[in-house]
Amino acid sequence: MLQYFLKRLLSLGLSLVAASILIFLALEVVPGDPAAYMLGINAQEDTLNALREQLGLNGTILQRYLSWAGGLLVGDFGTSYTYRTPVSELIGERLWVSLPLALYALTLSTMIAFPAGIWAASRRGSLVDTGVMGVTQLGVAIPNFWFAMLMVLVFAINLRWFSAGGFPGWDAGFLAGMKALTLPAIALALPQASILTRVMRSSLLDTLGEDFIRSARAKGLTKGQAMWRHALRNALIPVLTIMGLQFSFLLAGAIIIENVFYLPGLGRLVFQAISSRDLIVVESVVMLLVFAVIVVNFAVDLAYALVDPRLRRRR
Amino acid sequence: MKVLLHNRSMLPGAILTLLFTGAAIISLVWVPYDITILNIADRMKSPSLLHPFGTDQFGRDILSMIMVGARTSIAVALVAVGIGMLAGVPLGLTAAARKGSLPDEVIMRSNDLVFAFPSLLIAVMITAVFGASALNAIIAIGIFNIPVFARLTRGASLTLWSREYVMAARVAGKGRARISVEHILPNVMNLLIVQGTIQFSLGILAEAGLSYVGLGAQPPTASWGRMLADSQTMISLAPHLALFPGLAILLTVLGLNLLGDGLRDLLDPKLRRSRA
Repeated sequence: MLQYFLKRLLSLGLSLVAASILIFLALEVVPGDPAAYMLGINAQEDTLNALREQLGLNGTILQRYLSWAGGLLVGDFGTSYTYRTPVSELIGERLWVSLPLALYALTLSTMIAFPAGIWAASRRGSLVDTGVMGVTQLGVAIPNFWFAMLMVLVFAINLRWFSAGGFPGWDAGFLAGMKALTLPAIALALPQASILTRVMRSSLLDTLGEDFIRSARAKGLTKGQAMWRHALRNALIPVLTIMGLQFSFLLAGAIIIENVFYLPGLGRLVFQAISSRDLIVVESVVMLLVFAVIVVNFAVDLAYALVDPRLRRRR
Repeated sequence: MKVLLHNRSMLPGAILTLLFTGAAIISLVWVPYDITILNIADRMKSPSLLHPFGTDQFGRDILSMIMVGARTSIAVALVAVGIGMLAGVPLGLTAAARKGSLPDEVIMRSNDLVFAFPSLLIAVMITAVFGASALNAIIAIGIFNIPVFARLTRGASLTLWSREYVMAARVAGKGRARISVEHILPNVMNLLIVQGTIQFSLGILAEAGLSYVGLGAQPPTASWGRMLADSQTMISLAPHLALFPGLAILLTVLGLNLLGDGLRDLLDPKLRRSRA
């Protein structure tokens, strides 16, 4: 297990380094001088130079990369060109909206997908199965920001159960915060829940066809017992893979949904940064999200080994 | 035709896909109303015989805008699939032909790396540097498609390399590249077509999302995502502004997904029973 863990850890480190180089090259080596942008067109050359020095823009590409990556390691993302505050502070504030939103959506998606997938698989070919599969087919095809707009129309504008957008902040209380995140979380969760239901169903059906399930039935277990005790755990591997992938899509997908609901999360931050060409903010948010994707996939790999002990040796 | 009728997903999928590609093609030569002409007197009219889907906040006919928008969506998604296939398939074939070698490792690890960037993030980076445009949306979705096709091609090709007819070709003295093109590629084509349909539908969704947040097609180019973004502040006054572009996206994606399912059943009978 330790060897497996170390091997995965090494590949995690390498992926992070490679991703950071890619992001740095894509966003740093572009025309335009952030110092000139901050100080305006009338700035003196020596003031510009001083600011470039302060922002660490004067070194070679390698020096600049090392200083940026070194900063990332200790949580120093640099200073925003437009906000003039540390990027880590900006991200920290926004993360308190985006992260709970992604977790909320993931929880909803799992809570819908597991029962629905198990239900459909246990009644394969029935009306229930056809119904669940039909709904998931629609759920996969629906653009989630459009679904979000429809929910705003029905639940916020017509029924007035929720507000149409904005976030009161966690200071207003946990319930008020969660209420503001509910419609966005449902919108984010719907397509993911549909995909997960389909994966859960097909994985469970595959497992139910295995010999060990037949043996379990032969020794007298009911269909339900065989499913809960033996099939479910074995069917979880593909489900976990998809859940890992989904978390990153939820974090990134939140960028669009935050826009529908005017939530002050990472997505809004990134769009404001793009429009003001605050590249260091864009760079940092992208790096953070890619970091999340890579680390979550690493965690999923480890979770495999816990769910299926055979994988510890095989890999 | 018989196959079409016997396959539950294929027929509705094919009809929906034809409907929207048809609308996109027809819009090249004819639309009910010219969408470049603003007609404030007719703004936000509900659906009627004259305007079956109503008019928008500038008095433009929504049906015409959806037809022109279909062009943008389909063109962006189709070219993005093309980029993914043209780059991904050769990479996958090369990796499979040289399994375990350095090129294989490099290709697969680079794939993993690109996979860590959701298409939205690629679009964010490209837009931050070059500005928003339909072309940048194509590039972002296209880059995202490359590892999808590379992985699929490699995975499917690997099993083929141990087949007897490939062995026979090797014994006959054919090189790896030639075997890849002459024997492996034709046999993974079915899978690629099915995946192509799925990526096409994902591309339509991605394009709509990018245009919605302003990272895709820019005005005056009509696009479904853009129409939804424009309708957002007026949704309580005129819900039809948001209803029809959203339905267009939903039905196109649904059609392509059903077509993909149907094609999979048709081209790969082994999957018929176990499919999700």
